[in-house]
Amino acid sequence: MREPLPDGGDSDGRLPGGDPLRSTTPRSAPPLWLGEGLPYVNTGDLSGKLITIEGTDSSGRSTQMKGLREWLEVQGYGVVETGWTRSELMSEAINVAKAGHQLNRVTFTLMYAIDFADRLENQIIPALESGFVVLADRYLYTALARARVRGIDEEWVRALYGFAIQPDLVLYLKVDAETLIRRVLQGDGIEYWEAGMDLNLGEDPYDSFMAYQSRLLDVFDELSGEFGFRIVDGNRSIYEIQQDLRREIREFLDLEDTQGGVLEIEEFTRGPATGWSR
Amino acid sequence: MTRAQTLPSPASKLVEPHPYPGRLIIVEGIDGSGKSTQIALAQRWLHARGFRTFFTEWNSSLLVKSASRMGKKKDLLTPTTFSLLHATDFADRLYYKIVPALKAGMIVLADRYAYTAFGRDVARGVSPRWVRALYSFAVRPDVALYFRVPVDVSLERIRRGRAKIKYHEAGMDLRLSDDVYESFRLFQGRIIQEYDGMVDEFGLQVIDASREIDDQQQQVRDLLGAALRDTSYA
Repeated sequence: MREPLPDGGDSDGRLPGGDPLRSTTPRSAPPLWLGEGLPYVNTGDLSGKLITIEGTDSSGRSTQMKGLREWLEVQGYGVVETGWTRSELMSEAINVAKAGHQLNRVTFTLMYAIDFADRLENQIIPALESGFVVLADRYLYTALARARVRGIDEEWVRALYGFAIQPDLVLYLKVDAETLIRRVLQGDGIEYWEAGMDLNLGEDPYDSFMAYQSRLLDVFDELSGEFGFRIVDGNRSIYEIQQDLRREIREFLDLEDTQGGVLEIEEFTRGPATGWSR
Repeated sequence: MTRAQTLPSPASKLVEPHPYPGRLIIVEGIDGSGKSTQIALAQRWLHARGFRTFFTEWNSSLLVKSASRMGKKKDLLTPTTFSLLHATDFADRLYYKIVPALKAGMIVLADRYAYTAFGRDVARGVSPRWVRALYSFAVRPDVALYFRVPVDVSLERIRRGRAKIKYHEAGMDLRLSDDVYESFRLFQGRIIQEYDGMVDEFGLQVIDASREIDDQQQQVRDLLGAALRDTSYA
């Protein structure tokens, strides 16, 4: 993945139908691993691309992921999606533990790291080896942001996630707290952890949510500078956000958008009504 | 904002003495080294002398039990997830059991501690630096006893005692050998190497675990007696 994609070839996992891939412009790549890496894993040939989307809760990540996946597949890429807490190993354990409030900050952080490691080794790395584009709904930056907001030693969290592969592209869906709270209230309502209720930040769920999410947004801004996120304004319509995300990815992949342009986007925005689309 | 818990920088706590009135005594050694027998005998002796003790064991918290069991059964665990699951178990016991008992002035007896991870997980292939940073929140023990035994002695004890060697105990997941005994020998041999390196690194006190049980126990009691000399009877 640190080298240009090979020219074409369905053998490495891409969908058949044309050869939309061109060699990417070599860029000054960051080291493969965030820290110590996985010494026992031989990652000689990661020809895929790891693209991650960060953003706070209700920033619209999953809707956008769906649109990106469709579009990338039309372009001929094999796409694998992965998301925070979705590992086979941990998703159930995390939900049980969250419901019971029996976690402290350290065990909470560790359980997310297990989920992450499980997906990294069993999903993400194999997919990158097979030449897929991996779309990750949140990545380790979510853990770093939470650590910073919750006062958990960040040096420890960074060392903990030292086994992680650094993404090729981080897209940050930036939505302000005022927009977020409206979306949340129109959706499933304020959730305990999303409002940082365990931190006693405000008298009621609204105050707590606003205080917690505002802090998270500040932290994401800091991380954005440190790790070079590509920022996309998430306060706009689904359509406009999707356009921007595609533009970023197109630029990154050095891709000429030959198929699946505007038409696909319109198809996509006719999807489920969310109350905040165009 | 409540800052209930601020973690130390990696690799700081295990080298600093803890501030609590209690005492933390831990035992380490490969499977079949006899450390569990020795810590149980030590606990009897401490009780008889009027100390209040709390015993805790590796991989025993309910928090990660289901995930751990499922992972092992389905062979889903990688060296990293295996290591992280044990760290989660450890953190859960540390914050809810060990530290409270130390604050209450009790003698905490731990059958295996962070050093088990430094030995086993490194033998499985994770980075030694990484796993040390991972456990940097661990409290430094007052007494750390390492029961050192040749791998063939421990293998013989396990065969006599319970006949069957467990899959992960033999490191079968590493595919070192198809033969479970050979795999055990190779895997536990690697762990012994790691433990031996930790003797100086962390000041582990070595007990020759190939000696008779009562000889070893005498040595254990001498060491504990010295460490507890200035501790008031609870």
